[in-house]
Amino acid sequence: MSATMSSILLVLLASFVGSFGAVLLKSGSMRASGTPLSMILNPRVIAGCVTYVLSSVFFILAVRQGELSFLYPMIALGYVWTMLWSKLVFGEPFTKNKFVGIGLILVGVALLNLGRK
Amino acid sequence: MATSSSVDAPELRGRLHRKKSIILVLICTILGAAAQLLLKLGSADVDTSSLWLTAWSMATSVSLIGGLGLYGLSTVLFIYALRNEELSLLYPVISLTYIWVTIASVIFLGETISWWKIAGVAVIVGGVAYLGKGNGQQNLAGSPMVAESEGVQTK
Repeated sequence: MSATMSSILLVLLASFVGSFGAVLLKSGSMRASGTPLSMILNPRVIAGCVTYVLSSVFFILAVRQGELSFLYPMIALGYVWTMLWSKLVFGEPFTKNKFVGIGLILVGVALLNLGRK
Repeated sequence: MATSSSVDAPELRGRLHRKKSIILVLICTILGAAAQLLLKLGSADVDTSSLWLTAWSMATSVSLIGGLGLYGLSTVLFIYALRNEELSLLYPVISLTYIWVTIASVIFLGETISWWKIAGVAVIVGGVAYLGKGNGQQNLAGSPMVAESEGVQTK
């Protein structure tokens, strides 16, 4: 057994929730004055850390019923969401290389799932 | 051996910074892989019979706390390394985590390895490495070599 369907869905949820953590951290660090204390006490940075913990909770529930070597690589799908939020929230441009990277990640996850037992 | 007079100080500092950042990120990948291993081991401690028990069993599992702690430490170190170095250089290094996790899953968890997994992980590693390349070009339009040579004074 590689993993159950519910553990695959939980990993997808973990990667989706985790991508918001990156957005919150970036947005918080842009507002903070730059000193370590201002970073740690920034509400958005704190919210980002809480989001990462929440994402980890879903990941832990996912790996209970599946192989780590099958489920962990799928966390890379988070980059797909992160690229989308980077464009929508921060106006970072899509580049050809980003598309190639995202395409490769999607192909890699598809290959993993083709081998799912 | 190059004499100090033939290498100007900013160039040397740039090289040392780069080496330090790469080693730091390499440590991140090992800590990150160890964290995933602990999370998987600790997931056996989770009791999902009720929401309260799920939260309690997670919060009191030594493996899960250790795993989250290592994950946090690895993230903080990665952010620190990112401050001095191009994403394009560090993303290929950070993508090594996927390889370490696969190897550790086979050795420590007795999971099976298949050609599908090897192919999937290899393609994902390539994809993550490529993402950083895209980001490097965002600031330094043109060849990826620009990012590589950034900070190094040419004569």
